[in-house]
Amino acid sequence: MNSMPDVTDPFAGERLKESPFHPRQAALNLRDAWSSWNGYKFADYYYDEEYEYFCIRNSCATYDICPMQKYILSGPDAEAMLNRMVTRDITKLKENRVTYVCWCTDEGRLIDDGTIFKLGADRFLLTCGSPSLAWLRKSAFGFNQLHITDMSDDIAALSLQGPTSCEVLKKMGLQGIENLKPFCISHFPFAGSEDTPLMVSRTGFTGDLGYELWISPDLALEFWDALYRAGENYGIQPYGESATNMARLEAGFIMPGMEFNEALKTIHFQYDQTPFELSLDWLVDFKKPHFNGRNALLKERDQGAEYTLVKLDIEGNKPAEESFLYADEDCSKEIGYVTSAMWSPVVKANIALAMVKTSALKSTIWAEIYYSKELRHHSKVAKCTLQKKPFWAPERARATPPAAF
Amino acid sequence: MQTYDNIIIGGGHNGLICATYLAQKGQSVLLLEATDGLGGLATTREFYPGFRAPVAHSLSHFSETVVEQLNLLKHGYTPSSEVLDTIGLNLNGEHVVVSGEHISGVNKADQQTYADYLVLLKRFAKMLKPFWLKTMPRIGDNSFPDLMTFGQLGLKLRLLGKKDMGEFMRVATLPARDLMDENFDNDILKAVLSWDGLIGSKMAPRSPNATVLNMLYRMSGKHHGAHSLPEGGIQNLISALHNAALDAGVTVKTGALVKRIVIKGSSSGLAATGVELADGTLISSARVVSSADPKQTFLNLVGANNLEIGFTNRINRLRCDGYVAKLHLALDGAPKFTGLKNPNGRMIIAPKLDAIEFAFDDAKYGEYSKSPVMEIIIPSMVDNLLAPKGQQVLSAHVMYVPHKLKGGWTDEARQNLYQRLIDTLESYAPGIRQQIIHGEILTPADLEQTYHLTGGHWHHAELSMDQMLMMRPTYEAAQYSTPIPGLYLCGAGSHPGGGLMGGPGHNAAKEIIGAKKEL
Ligand SMILES: Cc1cc2nc3c(=O)[nH]c(=O)nc-3n(C[C@H](O)[C@H](O)[C@H](O)COP(=O)(O)OP(=O)(O)OC[C@H]3O[C@@H](n4cnc5c(N)ncnc54)[C@H](O)[C@@H]3O)c2cc1C
Repeated sequence: MNSMPDVTDPFAGERLKESPFHPRQAALNLRDAWSSWNGYKFADYYYDEEYEYFCIRNSCATYDICPMQKYILSGPDAEAMLNRMVTRDITKLKENRVTYVCWCTDEGRLIDDGTIFKLGADRFLLTCGSPSLAWLRKSAFGFNQLHITDMSDDIAALSLQGPTSCEVLKKMGLQGIENLKPFCISHFPFAGSEDTPLMVSRTGFTGDLGYELWISPDLALEFWDALYRAGENYGIQPYGESATNMARLEAGFIMPGMEFNEALKTIHFQYDQTPFELSLDWLVDFKKPHFNGRNALLKERDQGAEYTLVKLDIEGNKPAEESFLYADEDCSKEIGYVTSAMWSPVVKANIALAMVKTSALKSTIWAEIYYSKELRHHSKVAKCTLQKKPFWAPERARATPPAAF
Repeated sequence: MQTYDNIIIGGGHNGLICATYLAQKGQSVLLLEATDGLGGLATTREFYPGFRAPVAHSLSHFSETVVEQLNLLKHGYTPSSEVLDTIGLNLNGEHVVVSGEHISGVNKADQQTYADYLVLLKRFAKMLKPFWLKTMPRIGDNSFPDLMTFGQLGLKLRLLGKKDMGEFMRVATLPARDLMDENFDNDILKAVLSWDGLIGSKMAPRSPNATVLNMLYRMSGKHHGAHSLPEGGIQNLISALHNAALDAGVTVKTGALVKRIVIKGSSSGLAATGVELADGTLISSARVVSSADPKQTFLNLVGANNLEIGFTNRINRLRCDGYVAKLHLALDGAPKFTGLKNPNGRMIIAPKLDAIEFAFDDAKYGEYSKSPVMEIIIPSMVDNLLAPKGQQVLSAHVMYVPHKLKGGWTDEARQNLYQRLIDTLESYAPGIRQQIIHGEILTPADLEQTYHLTGGHWHHAELSMDQMLMMRPTYEAAQYSTPIPGLYLCGAGSHPGGGLMGGPGHNAAKEIIGAKKEL
């Protein structure tokens, strides 16, 4: 739990908050590799980023999503308010289902993406990466039968990802968890209570089989212990930001600060992005008569986006981090830039997400890659191949029930 | 079901004007007015059996173009060639009288300066005049007509000559007080000349903003800012507008409160397709043109769920709180102002600029002033139908009376304000208290209720730098069209603003007709 501010500490207000899982995570953070997210002390990695990544892909691993922002929107106007805010049609969302959404400014620039959980007919949970209360309040203006509660500090959550994740939850006693389908929600009893204080959604940010586990902060440690006991023989391990970033890139998921610059934080004109540029066309539902940014997005759909986010398979094995992209091997005609890149162990390919001028997508794409070898810098030009499908989308991510272990 | 080309919401002068222009082009027009009469804030109301008074009580800048194009003279409009004197009342009876280009009651220096001052302001007013009847350019849209308007404004400014251009740039946003102090000595004169820059706004003599522009806007009228009343009073103008509308084929319905603008959604987006009345009647139309204030139009009639988030919040933040109250008195005879032969002018009680400033200070903090300042007309002197024979009606605009009074507008608060106003009047017109048969006070909150007007604001929305020209009421709705296809604005909340002028109604009609041509 958050410790009470120490009155004798001159930096009390500056110190990072501790997640409800902190005591257990701190004990396992062998490298003391902490960074921060939304004011929380947050692990970059615990032991070794590659090890944690392999746990995600080969056994299972937990990621602390307490710092993620969580808002409960309730009341008769909640659905209408959200439906006007996000680009997807959430009137189609059924109860106990989750959907991935994004929302834009009036000008159609992406503010953030996140997930909406439909908890009841007029009760929704919205989660996202950055604090969004100000925008929610603006979006709520004119919707009077609506209550917005910031639950960010009041819901503890862990993401449990990897092929053995279902087995671990079964071992923990979550009856019927194997029948939970992707993007569905279920509630379970916990800590001997008749109630169902544990909410499980089959969601995640790794593209693999996985679940997100939601519980009250005062049960957090008890829950951790039960989970880790159940996971003991299934290779359970906490993972941090670095492994997340590898897994999500293989799955083709976008990250703020990498693929997109949140519109409300963008200073330079159009240095933010639209859903079309980010290849999120499938999230924009023009069958819906109105949503924020619709007019601007309609215009962009008809004119075509200037840039398009693409997946690249790059020859060689040098990650194309921060590379410029060209239409020719001589690197004379610049056509874009890489946003995220890595050597993917599971796909065994040199992969990247990149913003490329839409007009240049038909030509061959070349990346100018800088890398260093024992303090000496080198560069090379590598040919890129457009990849349509996510680099990593295993059958097990969708299988219901998932394979037993 | 019958469907119209246009439904106009509101039968104030702008709604009537817009309706008439459209009907003259052969379009079918249904005008819906919530109250039982026409005229909106220029309605002449019976406030006591046999006694009637117009809310807006004089004309300063009614558009001559509109008079001409709508043939208002033919429809019975009888403007007066005479202007009203503006009389700065002095407790001791030594009043300052502004009579066209002449002033009395001030020293020679002030008289001479006034002549020069007037010449300069007239030049500025003349330069700006064409732009009040033009659609303002769209921000960020470099279309040819928009660039032309910008270009014309630049050219007009340039044609003023280097010195005057500089001077215009200097004074345009000057507080009234600075402009007065650098020109005149006489306290009453300074107050009187500032008056038309201030009235209707939440600005006082020391406020830098659009006071001078407001003055120049009002100087766009036939008499360069001097006030006048048509024969037959304000009602004469409204009747002429009504006749013109009927003659052009407009269907006018009063007692028809629009509850909702019907917005239909399809995969091609939203569009306004008609209105729903308070009684549930649905009427469809190709276009809905609203002269209701922007907040009411967008937030109540359209609804936030049909609008963009940023846009909705900008509309919500529009400053619409009115600061002018109306006092109507039924008198058993003409009031006798100390030292004034005949109260047939526009009389101003504001002994000095600080009197206005201090009244404003009270209102800023949610109170009405201990020493209110006001403008008085006895309209029954021009229109003897307003009161029974031998009796009179007094009409006063009182500044600054806040829409949101601290503690709310209780009966007691209204009574106290009323007494304070009568006390003030009594000191300038001894004996007036005994002449009162009946009195009514309309606070901005009352105007809001009676005339369906958010905040009860004179201009529907404050006419200040951030809410004028291509920002009026806000960008993306400043060219009369709105983010909703088929929905237009045509009231005082649009460029050029309020006052009995007709610009918004005229400009909106031009936009609608122009847009139709392009189709
Ligand atoms: C106290 C006061 C004194 C003034 N004195 C003067 C003056 O002396 N000289 C001058 O030039 N200007 C004066 N003004 C300003 C001037 O009166 C207004 O700016 C002008 O009348 C506005 O005209 P309009 O047609 O745009 O709107 P309005 O006159 O406000 O007309 C709008 C009409 O729409 C109707 N309406 C609103 N909502 C609905 C609905 N939902 N359904 C149906 N109908 C609806 C209203 O009832 C109203 O009749 C004064 C203003 C005030 C408040």
